[in-house]
Amino acid sequence: MSSGELLILLTLALPLFSAAVSYAVGRMPDVRETLTLVACIGLCIITIAMFMRVGAGDAPELVIAQPMSGLEIAFRLEPLGALFAVMASVLWAVNSLFSIGYMRGAREANQTRFYVCFALAMFGVMGVAMAANLFTLFIFYEALTLATYPLVTHKGDAAARRAGRIYLATLVGASVVLFLPGIIGVASVAGSTTFTPGGLLPGTTSVVIENVLLLLLVFGAAKAALIPLHGWLPAAMVAPAPVSALLHAVAVVKAGVFTILKISAYIFGPELITALPAATWILWLAAATIVIASLVALTKDDLKARLAWSTVGQLAYITSAAMLPFASGLVAGGLHMVMHAVAKITLFICAGAIYVATGAAKVSEMGGAGRRMPILLTFFFIASLSVIGLPPMGGMWSKFLLVDASFGSGEWLTAAAMIVSSLLSVAYLLPVAFNALFAPAGVKGPEFTRPGGVPGAALTAAGVTAIGCLALFVAAEFIADYLEPLGAFTLMEAAP
Amino acid sequence: MILFEALYVAPPALTAQAPILVIAGPLIGACAAALSPGGRTAWMVSVLTAAFALWMAVAVAGEVAREGVIDYALGGFAPPMGIALRIDALGATMALLVASIGVMGALYSGHALESEVKAEKRTLFQSGYLLCLAGFLGLVFTGDAFNAFVFLEVSSIGTYALVAVGEARDRRALPAAFSYLIFGTVGATLYVLGVGFLYAATGTLNMVDMAMRLATLGDNSAVQAGLAFVVAGLGVKAAMFPLHGWLPGAYAGAPSLVSMFLAATATKAAIYLIIRFVFDVFPEGEFGEVFLSWILAPLAAAAVIICSVQAIFENEVRRILAFSSVAQVGFILLGVSLATPAGLSAGMFYLVAHALMKGALFMAVGAFAVSVRARTVEDFSGIAREAPWSAAAFGVGAASLAGVPLTMGFLAKWSLVSAALQAGEIWIVAVLAIGSLLTLIYVGRMLEVMFFRAPVRGAERAREAPVGVLAPLFVLAGLSLWFGVDATLPASMANASASALVGAAP
Repeated sequence: MSSGELLILLTLALPLFSAAVSYAVGRMPDVRETLTLVACIGLCIITIAMFMRVGAGDAPELVIAQPMSGLEIAFRLEPLGALFAVMASVLWAVNSLFSIGYMRGAREANQTRFYVCFALAMFGVMGVAMAANLFTLFIFYEALTLATYPLVTHKGDAAARRAGRIYLATLVGASVVLFLPGIIGVASVAGSTTFTPGGLLPGTTSVVIENVLLLLLVFGAAKAALIPLHGWLPAAMVAPAPVSALLHAVAVVKAGVFTILKISAYIFGPELITALPAATWILWLAAATIVIASLVALTKDDLKARLAWSTVGQLAYITSAAMLPFASGLVAGGLHMVMHAVAKITLFICAGAIYVATGAAKVSEMGGAGRRMPILLTFFFIASLSVIGLPPMGGMWSKFLLVDASFGSGEWLTAAAMIVSSLLSVAYLLPVAFNALFAPAGVKGPEFTRPGGVPGAALTAAGVTAIGCLALFVAAEFIADYLEPLGAFTLMEAAP
Repeated sequence: MILFEALYVAPPALTAQAPILVIAGPLIGACAAALSPGGRTAWMVSVLTAAFALWMAVAVAGEVAREGVIDYALGGFAPPMGIALRIDALGATMALLVASIGVMGALYSGHALESEVKAEKRTLFQSGYLLCLAGFLGLVFTGDAFNAFVFLEVSSIGTYALVAVGEARDRRALPAAFSYLIFGTVGATLYVLGVGFLYAATGTLNMVDMAMRLATLGDNSAVQAGLAFVVAGLGVKAAMFPLHGWLPGAYAGAPSLVSMFLAATATKAAIYLIIRFVFDVFPEGEFGEVFLSWILAPLAAAAVIICSVQAIFENEVRRILAFSSVAQVGFILLGVSLATPAGLSAGMFYLVAHALMKGALFMAVGAFAVSVRARTVEDFSGIAREAPWSAAAFGVGAASLAGVPLTMGFLAKWSLVSAALQAGEIWIVAVLAIGSLLTLIYVGRMLEVMFFRAPVRGAERAREAPVGVLAPLFVLAGLSLWFGVDATLPASMANASASALVGAAP
């Protein structure tokens, strides 16, 4: 077995191992959580090693099984997947730190199940990131849905069960009715579902079928929360904050847009996307999603709901990027995936920490919260700036590239929607931080309900990701260069 | 079938007689079981006989893989006067399936009967079981249209009795068996009428002969009426929508072993015969195409949608599984109705997949029934904590039924959808997708109750079933998983079956 194969196997095995160990030592919380952290750090090291190898042009590959001809369970890393794996594993480590603080602080029940499902969800994410074809991706995509279901319904009350039903019904329903027929369509048209640089489909079928397949696949990936398949995301906010933070800002939703990016880059290819009217329809819908979600976010008083709606909008940015008839859109989309993930997880960690410390979940209760939690709210402020896309935050670069790519390809509507939504995000995010940090003298802010205030682990986690937002401002060029093969190769292909 | 080519499991002299031994073995075993002194002896007879039938079926499969088609003249009387057995890849595949399920069922019956069948009925039960087995095996081997009717009746008489035996657990088994008897007899009568029409038109009962003469007849309304009668008659046995009225009651009332055996073999054998008549006996032509695309396909689609919805609104686990069976027959027939090599192959693959998963599901329900009298979905609350192994096997079967990736059910749905896409039948793809979604709903409901709910307070506590019940259950569930990761064997058999019917390999 080559070292590349070993790396892939380890990436899959570590989360599974972590799940098994968490289950086995569930009665000893300290051991369980220490081992979870060890697994997180191990996973980070492995994914970074893979990331480097992909950068050096030595991408790991592995074929596990072939149930039928044309159907393979196989893995192959490419820049986008390697980036996604690193992002997810690093943020898993940070988020585990936060989980420990939050779950203990909030005295949640069934913590072992929580850690086990979390590790299983990461297993799904890693599989999605490394999949070499749509079939493999689908398997892990579904595993991710199932593993996160118990996390969404963690509280076990009627509201949580209802949210869980919406969650399963939307995600599984879209997968079965749209995504899977789309995948089978690709397989029967092209003979396989392998992700091929430059696109698998070009030259295999008629324009009508290509349009239909694009619509099936993009709407089938309901984790990307494109309106009208967005309902599950705000509903899933009943989950504990660490779940919202990692899964509904990073892993699950990003698995959705990651799938769409992969489909755009490796199934259709930028050249074909350019030619398809369906891509333009999706762009319009994404533009509508961006604006509508930002407007709805303005009306939400519950902080997590507001952040969820903001996520819906930001995801549509990436979907737009995947549909832009311009290969650099892919790079911008990949970059935005990372930028938004780091910023949004910070916001969720802060929201969770405020809830644990004071019990405040509504924006209207948070005026003056900065008096007791100045550092935490500063982190919130930094991440808000990144989501809005202001320097010196990482989020600026991806928005810049996205708007640039939209203009470059003549999609004025998309560019306009992005700019309007940036202004709206100023309106729905900054007041939260400002009212908390610079409240008038009379406002006292919420009291600590937990002795000790903000859990140290949560504060540390928020700090790490907030600094990440700043660091990404400098690192953006490195990531964009790393993703360059995505655009460069396809542009070369497009040349006559 | 290539895998069987190098398989010589029996001496040549025995292999030469294997086609009739497959059928005669269980027939003799049925008599022996009826005469045996007690349930235990009868059980041993049953296991040995079923194993013998499987052995012979494997020998036949090897011969078929080498020779293509086996013609076996019963008693040495050459057809068309004598009765002929004619076995091609499709028949051999079906026989392997029926005999394997037969062995698993026989093993399973050792312990599973204790809670569901009265002690004094067990010898006769085994006798009826072997009679059914003989009937189904004969049905898939015979090359004679009237002989098929005989085997149909042999198996039916066995199944009526087997369903009625379920009254020890559930008194409703008696009316269910009676209604099955009426339905079944009507079906068999229709079949005989159809064969009569065909005989009148062709003057032969041998299927090969009949096919040759029909090809020269051209449009003939007697032949077309014959096809209608034959398919309607067999449709009753196959629980083809809307002729499935007998099935939910019979499956729900029968002992779990019988439900398992019927779901996995009885309907499948009837489907086999429909396929045989439509593709082999009847000449290609407009009438056949119209029949497939305007009668069979819409009825199958209706079965998929309507019966899945009925399953969602059912409250008894056995009835959910029964309605699901009717819906799954719809899936199989949708594949068949495409009439392409890929479609037939997908249909056959689905047929095998469904036999394995529904077999595992009913066996698991029977494993629960060893210790509790659970009936409605709610009765099964939290049973996964009390009987984890049976519940795990149920989960695997259910996952395969719902088409979860890495199970055989997923590959079956996959090949069905891609066959429909290749044939350009988009509406069938839509029906399949909606049907899969509906399946997920009722499967998800059962699994949620079993695995995530706490047991109802004060209810009976389930115990794990004994090893004799778990072992065959695990074999069936394990096969659903194994073939989900490596489907070489069933896929090659399905392909060989399809090419035996329509010529070209897909």
